[in-house]
Amino acid sequence: MIGAVLIGVAGGIVAGLLGVGGGVLFVPGLVILLGLGQHQAEATSLLAIVPVGIVGTYTQNRYGNVRRDDALLLGLLSLAGAGAGVALANALSGALLRDAFAALIVIVAVQIVRRQLGGGEPAGAGGDATSESKRA
Amino acid sequence: MVIGTLAGLFSGLFGVGGGTVIVPLLVVWLGYDERSATATSLAAIVFIAGFGAAFQGLYGNVHVLDAVLIGVPAVGGVVIGTWLQQRLDTRSISLMFAALLVASAVELVLR
Repeated sequence: MIGAVLIGVAGGIVAGLLGVGGGVLFVPGLVILLGLGQHQAEATSLLAIVPVGIVGTYTQNRYGNVRRDDALLLGLLSLAGAGAGVALANALSGALLRDAFAALIVIVAVQIVRRQLGGGEPAGAGGDATSESKRA
Repeated sequence: MVIGTLAGLFSGLFGVGGGTVIVPLLVVWLGYDERSATATSLAAIVFIAGFGAAFQGLYGNVHVLDAVLIGVPAVGGVVIGTWLQQRLDTRSISLMFAALLVASAVELVLR
């Protein structure tokens, strides 16, 4: 239980600081510290992200940073994709899904380092990072 | 439309918010600045994660108690993180976080 609270606080701080979702920390935390299977960890992470997203959106909206029409459109359009992703995840073995997730967080780590060290990186470099995300 | 679909697929498959996909695509394709991209992505993530969690619930994979134990403290964490962001140089923290992600990846693969 203390482990779960620690994962939550750490994931939340990182999310607020760096603008990444807590999920990249929630999933490995649930697997490594709480011993959940990869499928259970991903499912639980999704639910844990909801309150973070709601409070984060509320805060950002007060600063006028949320483009509501685009957010609504993006959110609704992504539902079919989310359903397909969940079905695909459940069709894969836990071991394969876990290794793919490990690859994903390494890519996220590389992106973060590039963003920090790159400063005002040219559009080409941003494009690279984008295509990496899509491949993952 | 492509951003939404890709982000949803990614989020459902890996159990993450999808911001990793949405933020760079909003910046590169739609010309958002980073702050608007992050904020708009967060709002979209509420839909994606909520729907993904409900769907995963049908598979019986969601541990609701763990999600609450993580999600509620995480809200406090976000407030702290946002507060710190205004006051700290985030570069060293980013690099430490990247190192933590790589270490987690190694630990996951070795399991």
